[in-house]
Amino acid sequence: MTSGHPASAGGSRAATTGAPRVFLVDDHGMFRSGVRSELSGEVDIVGEADDVGPAIAGISECEPDVVLLDVHLPGGGGQDVVTAVKAEHPQVRFLALSASDAPEDVIAVIRAGARGYVTKTISGPELVDAVRRVAAGDAVFSPRLAGFVLDAFAAAAPAGMDRPTFDPELDQLTTREREVLRLIARGYTYREVAKELFISVKTVESHVSSVLRKLQLSTRHQLTRWAAERRLT
Amino acid sequence: MGDHADSAAWRSSPAAEQVGDGWDHTGSWQQQDGSRRPDTSWQNWQDASGPAAEQRPGGTEHWRPRLESLGLRWSRGSGDGGPFRRERDGRLAGGVAAGLARRTGFDVTTIRVVLVVATVVTSGLCAAAYVVTWLIVPAVGAESSIASKALADRRGIGLAVGLTSALGVMLAIASALNVAWITSLAFPLIVCAAGLALIWRNAPQDELAYVRRLADPVGMVGGGPRSRTVARVIVACLLLILGLVALLSGHERYALFRPLAGIVLVIAGITMALGPWWLRIAKNLVDERQARIRAEERAEMASRVHDSVLQTLALIQRRAADPHQVTQLARAQERELRAWLFDAKAPGSTEGQADTVADGVRMIQQEVEAQHGMSVDAVTVGNCELNDDLRALLAAAREATVNAAKWSGAPVVSLFAEVEPDAVSLFVRDRGCGFDPAAVPGDRKGLTESVHARMARRGGTTTVRSAPGEGTEVSLTMPRSVADRLPRRP
Repeated sequence: MTSGHPASAGGSRAATTGAPRVFLVDDHGMFRSGVRSELSGEVDIVGEADDVGPAIAGISECEPDVVLLDVHLPGGGGQDVVTAVKAEHPQVRFLALSASDAPEDVIAVIRAGARGYVTKTISGPELVDAVRRVAAGDAVFSPRLAGFVLDAFAAAAPAGMDRPTFDPELDQLTTREREVLRLIARGYTYREVAKELFISVKTVESHVSSVLRKLQLSTRHQLTRWAAERRLT
Repeated sequence: MGDHADSAAWRSSPAAEQVGDGWDHTGSWQQQDGSRRPDTSWQNWQDASGPAAEQRPGGTEHWRPRLESLGLRWSRGSGDGGPFRRERDGRLAGGVAAGLARRTGFDVTTIRVVLVVATVVTSGLCAAAYVVTWLIVPAVGAESSIASKALADRRGIGLAVGLTSALGVMLAIASALNVAWITSLAFPLIVCAAGLALIWRNAPQDELAYVRRLADPVGMVGGGPRSRTVARVIVACLLLILGLVALLSGHERYALFRPLAGIVLVIAGITMALGPWWLRIAKNLVDERQARIRAEERAEMASRVHDSVLQTLALIQRRAADPHQVTQLARAQERELRAWLFDAKAPGSTEGQADTVADGVRMIQQEVEAQHGMSVDAVTVGNCELNDDLRALLAAAREATVNAAKWSGAPVVSLFAEVEPDAVSLFVRDRGCGFDPAAVPGDRKGLTESVHARMARRGGTTTVRSAPGEGTEVSLTMPRSVADRLPRRP
């Protein structure tokens, strides 16, 4: 909470109105400078780091609205940063950004508390949009993440039927959530999903956030098993 | 090599044996004199094998005239008169007998019988000579003998010396027990063990199989690893019992006790003295093997990276002026590298026949990206084996994707496949120009029809949604038959 940054007093609270304050964590300097030039003008980049330790220190110091976080870092996974920062600064939001396709890595960061996942091939405007969305408290699901989540929840569904689940609320997706995820995986934007399902964009956002919550809170072992199976292949 | 080729001709046409002048065209063959006594041929043998040939004991020679006088020349053909080489084909162990047979014209079986008899008569000396011959006579087509390689192999020599010392200990024990027949075998045993160790370390791959068979005759017996273990244990027990019986037969039961205790002490002493050294030799061998494996892996990695990543980087540098092509190259390379790193697929191996839905989708993605220079975002949920229905589905999806790539004008096409228990669905979506389904131009209609017909023939459904300026989405659904619903994860 001790921040010397002049903008932090009012800026971080009023994130949705002004430009979001963004912290960059990636071990590739070239990639960081690329992202910085793409985001400049749209968001306020308050700091960057190239590894887990500096990232935790830097984020704690400047308390950004959104942390753009690489899934793979030399000193550990991105989830270490999320876990460490979340304990002290729960208001900081994370958007995972990765070149990795390995689903278990992505799911691990999401489960640690990231609000979304986009691939590094994302275009500049799309990234700005995703950062805004995360800053506003929404979840950002790329088609790929939607696919992973559908896969993870579908994986053990037939086997899970005959087994009592601890919390059916958390362990299964509703039909509507599945519909939303499917459309996102098909390449629909939130707006297009809303139009398709005759619901408002806000409702789409709340469905996606609910899926994210289930993904993060579900204790069902199938999710772990799914990840383990993926790692084996 | 000419030598080798001629030997093949010799084997394949027995008729040529009868025609003496059939060999005259090669300058290297000298006198084709069928009546030449085999003994003279040893000169060539010694030329080829150098001074080490001195070690060959007289044992191998003295049986020859004797057996010949006994009328054992029945199968003598004409030898080829070339230098003595170990044969590669028709060998049982080192190919020495086969080589001798070829050199002298005797039947291989005759020579083998003679060698075995000689081994027994000379109490093992002949076997030692065999191993030494194996070491110092090059194989057919080989440039140098195993011995010349073994001289440079310091670890191999260390191993041989280690084995020799271990054997020496055992033989010392045997002589302490006054087991005369073991003591008489000492020299041949040591020579054989050391020689085989050197051969094992330095022989080329194709010869190693024979060494392995010599070293582990039980392992060559058919059956699973379990029955082989059983066979091995049985053989080991039999040998142990035989050894004990041999020991006990020469001694009274209690008289054996004191020498045995003495031997145990001697073994303990020698193990204390030489044990670390033996261990080091063994450890060196393991280390060396691991280092070799690592080096091989590294070399393979380097060549893979060179063939793929470095080539692509070079291409990208040359085409830096064309951002479109650079993107395409980078994407193709990224996909290939990813497939290799995460899915353990060798670069290039994704081409060809796909076996699962996920593979098929990946192939469509790859093909369209490569041929039409646009991005295809592919997402697959679930997976299953392909059957004819699903192949038709993938073919239809491919048409739809190519169609979108050609006509939509959009930079990205989204491809989504979902495998559910009762159906497989595929969605091809673009945000391009779109069209009015009610007023389709002829070419588009033709494609829609072909996609539609393809699906309908297999009981699938096709839906095309499009509007001008809003892009196009083709939805394909193929029901799965009950038999195919066994789940299969990627």
